Amino acid sequence: MEAFELLFQGFQVLLNAKTLGLMMVGLVLGIFVGVLPGLGGPNGVAILLPLTFTMDPTTAIVMLSCIYWGALFGGAITSILFNIPGEAWSVATTFDGYPMAQQGRAAEALTAAFTSSFIGSLTAVLLITFLAPRIADFALRFGPPEFFAVYFLTFCSFVGLGKEERHKIVISMALGLLLAGVGMDTVSGQLRMTFGSSELLRGINFLVAVIGLFGISEILLTMEERLALRGHIARISLRVVLQTWKSLPRYWLTLLRSSAIGCWLGVTPGGAIAASFMGYNVAKRLSKDKDSFGKGRIEGVFAPETAAHAAGTSALLPMLALGIPGSGTAAILLGGLMVWGLNPGPLLFVEHKSFVWGTIASMYLGNVVGLVLVLSTVPIFASVLRVPFAAIAPMIVVSCAIGAYAIQNAMFDIWLMLIFGVVGYVFKKLGYPLAPLTLALVLGNRAEDAFRLAMIGAEGDLRVFWSNPLVGSITTLALVLLFWPVISSLMDRLRGLGGQWRELP
Amino acid sequence: MADDEVVADQAVAAAADDRPVAQSRSVDLVVSVLLLALAVLLGWDSWRTGAGWASDGPQAGYFPFYLSVLMGAASLYGIVTKLSETPTEPFVTRQQFERVMKVFVPTLLYCLLMQYLGLYVASFFLIAGFMWWVGRIAPWKSLLTAFVFTAVMFCTFEIAFNVIMPKGPLEAAFGF
Repeated sequence: MEAFELLFQGFQVLLNAKTLGLMMVGLVLGIFVGVLPGLGGPNGVAILLPLTFTMDPTTAIVMLSCIYWGALFGGAITSILFNIPGEAWSVATTFDGYPMAQQGRAAEALTAAFTSSFIGSLTAVLLITFLAPRIADFALRFGPPEFFAVYFLTFCSFVGLGKEERHKIVISMALGLLLAGVGMDTVSGQLRMTFGSSELLRGINFLVAVIGLFGISEILLTMEERLALRGHIARISLRVVLQTWKSLPRYWLTLLRSSAIGCWLGVTPGGAIAASFMGYNVAKRLSKDKDSFGKGRIEGVFAPETAAHAAGTSALLPMLALGIPGSGTAAILLGGLMVWGLNPGPLLFVEHKSFVWGTIASMYLGNVVGLVLVLSTVPIFASVLRVPFAAIAPMIVVSCAIGAYAIQNAMFDIWLMLIFGVVGYVFKKLGYPLAPLTLALVLGNRAEDAFRLAMIGAEGDLRVFWSNPLVGSITTLALVLLFWPVISSLMDRLRGLGGQWRELP
Repeated sequence: MADDEVVADQAVAAAADDRPVAQSRSVDLVVSVLLLALAVLLGWDSWRTGAGWASDGPQAGYFPFYLSVLMGAASLYGIVTKLSETPTEPFVTRQQFERVMKVFVPTLLYCLLMQYLGLYVASFFLIAGFMWWVGRIAPWKSLLTAFVFTAVMFCTFEIAFNVIMPKGPLEAAFGF
């Protein structure tokens, strides 16, 4: 049980006043970010990232990941009380959460949401604790071809499994990879795609792009929809909490199922949003009483919240073990790692043990503290929503500008942020997915380096990606995922033909 | 997976006189053409940098060149499929567009102003102005909120965390 020992050491890293204090600050800021529609988990983390530049990496990631947990908790408040999802992953929570609030069961719904969130992330953290070191250990054997194959797999699964129009996914991904390549080429030192501009020499910073794509564009979208906030008042008493907790064992199957769905979709780049919908739909489908869903059924809150949190948390598993983020927010945290001077990847588990295990320990502690905090302070955070949006919108713009400027101290980045804001707005409205763009921006250079190193090693022979069983199976899996839509329709047709043959005689 | 069972529509119903400014199809076409142009530009630049093989492996332009080709092809596909469609849904209606401009124009002015006045003073004007004119909030409330928020930001970033922001004449007068 080496994991326990290391985890214990991780807790020791955490237990000092400064780290714990910043953890609380992170949680409060995160809940705040999650409650406000128009500011999401990725934005919150991206905007607040500059605050951590002067901290040591462990404290920094503890604070940032706590912002993330807080945002995951906070999204449910807006969904249930105001029928407006504070986060995209809480959309499914509104289906049954808001009807419950209408029936005067807001406190019960909120308790259910927070508790199931907690259970979901706890499952995922357990998974990380025991699986991540093994995966990292295994990945230590990886060379450039293997790494490129894993990156390739990530990108292919976006294209093959994405719900958007395929050419739009491809465009979004290619654009991200191209933008990542702007500036100085890391292998040859040559300049490319700079068009003589000294500003572009530095390259396009990933975090600036994220702040624009998510922060500014979200403000534009929120203004366009003109959200009218009309909500229910909630106060959570200990009695309701205990009552709801007492009913928990009855729903163990729903909780377990949603946790599993969430963990799976979080590790593969499906994300918390897909997980929450899938969790809800599966619970509804397998329920004996389908019609009661959408009318204020507590399971309709349990299922999506558990799945969303399990996914949100387990998205950190591939980030820690392989250096490949499972979600947009994980991608930003990965960007943070590089800023703090850590090299993401399996070596992290060997070279920066206290960092890794401190992070994992903070996941346990952050979720426990977050649960208590959010249960006790709901009225305060719900009242935040009564602040007019006209006051909040410019403050968010200012925070975005500070975040964008602080990364490289460049005025050019402010303009870049504005451009990405418009791009994000138009892309979201036209159904171009932003997650592949974000992921491509952060992984672009690493993927290219891995490819070129593999090519140099193999003297330009593409067969290097099938040179041993490990890399071969990853590459093949990537290609299968890439052409999954074609393959699955072919299989359907074959099955159809088979059926006809059987019917013939 | 039956994701289509779930419909989440939060959009406020459009008023009857709220005519669309542009159709989704037209905007989609314009964006595809722009992306195609960008792909051609970046592809050409990468070709110039060298998109072939050198003695030590792929040249600097190799990766970007083939990505440009991929992006160009995908944009072309988008243009062709969109041309054969009939316009169905509006991209933005007039009222929506006005509301978006109400926040976009101040943000643009804010970025411009920042070059001359520094970030903090510009932020003060943005928050106060936006609350006052767009939000129709009482002037004293707007000014006070803007001042408090800007001051808190200044103390947090400039003093506590030592994160340097662009500063203008006002900060210089106080010796920062």
